[in-house]
Amino acid sequence: MIELQRVTKIYPGSEHPAVDGVSLTVPEGEICIFIGPSGCGKTTLMRMINRLLPISSGKILMGGKNILDMDPIKLRRGIGYVIQQIGLFPNMTVRDNIAVVPKLLGWDKRRIDNRVDELLNLVGLSPEVFRSRYPTELSGGQAQRVGVARAMAADPPYMLMDEPFGAIDPINRSILQDEFLKIQEKLKKTIIFVTHDIDEAIKLGDKICLLKDGRLEQFGTPEELLGSPRNDFVKDFVGSDRTLKRLTLLKVRDAMLEDPVHCHMEDPAADVIDYMEKENLQYLLVVNGDNKLRGYVTRRDLVDYHGSIGNLVHPMTLTVRPGLNLKDALSKMLQYDLGILCVIDEKGRLIGALNSQTLVATVGITYDEKGGHWGKILSGGKVL
Amino acid sequence: MNEGSEVKASRLGRFWMLLAFGVTFVAGAWCQSQGFFEFALQNSDEVWRLTKQHIHLIVTAGSITVCLGVPIGVLVTRGFMRRYKEITLNFLGICQTVPSLAIIAIAMGFMGIGVKTAVFGLVVYSVLPIIRNTAAGLTEVSPALLDAGRGMGMTPWQILIKVEIPNALYIILAGIRTSIVVMVGTAAVAFLIGGGGLGDLIFTGIGLVDTGIMLAGAVPTALLAIVFNWLLGMVERLVISKGVLRE
Repeated sequence: MIELQRVTKIYPGSEHPAVDGVSLTVPEGEICIFIGPSGCGKTTLMRMINRLLPISSGKILMGGKNILDMDPIKLRRGIGYVIQQIGLFPNMTVRDNIAVVPKLLGWDKRRIDNRVDELLNLVGLSPEVFRSRYPTELSGGQAQRVGVARAMAADPPYMLMDEPFGAIDPINRSILQDEFLKIQEKLKKTIIFVTHDIDEAIKLGDKICLLKDGRLEQFGTPEELLGSPRNDFVKDFVGSDRTLKRLTLLKVRDAMLEDPVHCHMEDPAADVIDYMEKENLQYLLVVNGDNKLRGYVTRRDLVDYHGSIGNLVHPMTLTVRPGLNLKDALSKMLQYDLGILCVIDEKGRLIGALNSQTLVATVGITYDEKGGHWGKILSGGKVL
Repeated sequence: MNEGSEVKASRLGRFWMLLAFGVTFVAGAWCQSQGFFEFALQNSDEVWRLTKQHIHLIVTAGSITVCLGVPIGVLVTRGFMRRYKEITLNFLGICQTVPSLAIIAIAMGFMGIGVKTAVFGLVVYSVLPIIRNTAAGLTEVSPALLDAGRGMGMTPWQILIKVEIPNALYIILAGIRTSIVVMVGTAAVAFLIGGGGLGDLIFTGIGLVDTGIMLAGAVPTALLAIVFNWLLGMVERLVISKGVLRE
């Protein structure tokens, strides 16, 4: 847990405080984003936590201990540190870069080697390929992966990250963010993450701390900032498209229609078409005996067809997993021009379905409690 | 590198090799005509003795210069000295403009004649490029590296030894190399204050207007400079991390 109590920073020779009485608490295992326009004091605030900058007044507690009572060198060795410029040491190989803090802590060689390989695997780089490379031989994305691995080398409970993905191209940035979230899900570190990108903040943050001119404007979950911005500055900062941004916070599992109507491969065509006519459906999902999604059938194909429907099944273009965020799901639907998106679990079993109406309805419901029209997909499980 | 440019490079290499052979042959013929080989062969013991003296002078003065120059260069860039960096470097720059002969003459004024004075003069004269390059190299190390080092909990000393110096080594060693190679030539002057070395033959040759004797001092001096340059080049290749070497 990191507690900031009325933390203030006044640079010598300056009248205005760079950070002005900021108080907040970051619970164990959460990512807290410091965000705000340039010069708002977010980096200053972060650099006071590992004592790279002295605090003018106020207190910072880590795990209940005042950081001013700790030896700054020991304090920093217990906090992973990642910066935008990455700062890998060019004179050292990837292995030696990652080994910096473990070496400072006096680990033996074998333990370091094992840890280096473990971390390289964790950040998605093959140890055999990358272990003995030099930083000049890495791409930007690879270098920052190593940067993150280096920060986690001695398994510190806390991490400070100063715009770690800021200098990386948008495609790789989004990949790194996803992997970072996956790693965090496993490791549950307490992380302070500085950024100026509101989308990144919403995607990664458990809590967001929005700063302006050194003062705390709003501290809360991304939901709170988007749903109930405290003032006009917050509203402007999160953007006029904040409803759309909420889509990144919601998962497919929140919006999908659970257990959509479907039939089995072996069902006779006549019964299926009767049902479709009764419910006025044009399409129907098809699963096999294990409830695994096989595709769909159309009413037009079924007309005058006798026997089981297995031969008429069209495979699905695309399926998604329940953990995907709604923004990505929506963009997939638009990209592939799909009327429906089926949600399957890790074994390929059908667990839900999503169409544009359920999407809109979900955003509406979670946003202002209004219901929506479900359209023509029905709940109710197996129908025949 | 593609095949075409490789062929070109080897052709170019052959051209330079031929040119070098040609020049060496002409120079050798000229030396022969001046009686260089005759003198050098007849007095090979003497030439060898003076060469060893010369090497001794350079190794002594060189090690002192390095041991002095690098730490001063480091000190100049530390936090508390940084504001005086420009003043220090300018002052040393002015010292550099004083001719080597004058420094040796000044040194002779209070140290008398002998090897010690010669070494002192050489050190004073050669230390500046080392200080300057060390300071320049350290200043050029990216602030991001220092920030990363500090943020990871390295002490200032650890940052200096593990980050700053290894990354500035290319420039530091270049300064040392220049300094030592120049020193090989400057050391010839040491003879004038009883320092010995190949300057003995050079100045005697000039005095006697005997080019052969002069060359017996000058040719080994030039060869020494080449050898030192090569040796220090090898050292560079050995100690500089592959990740820092610029190609």
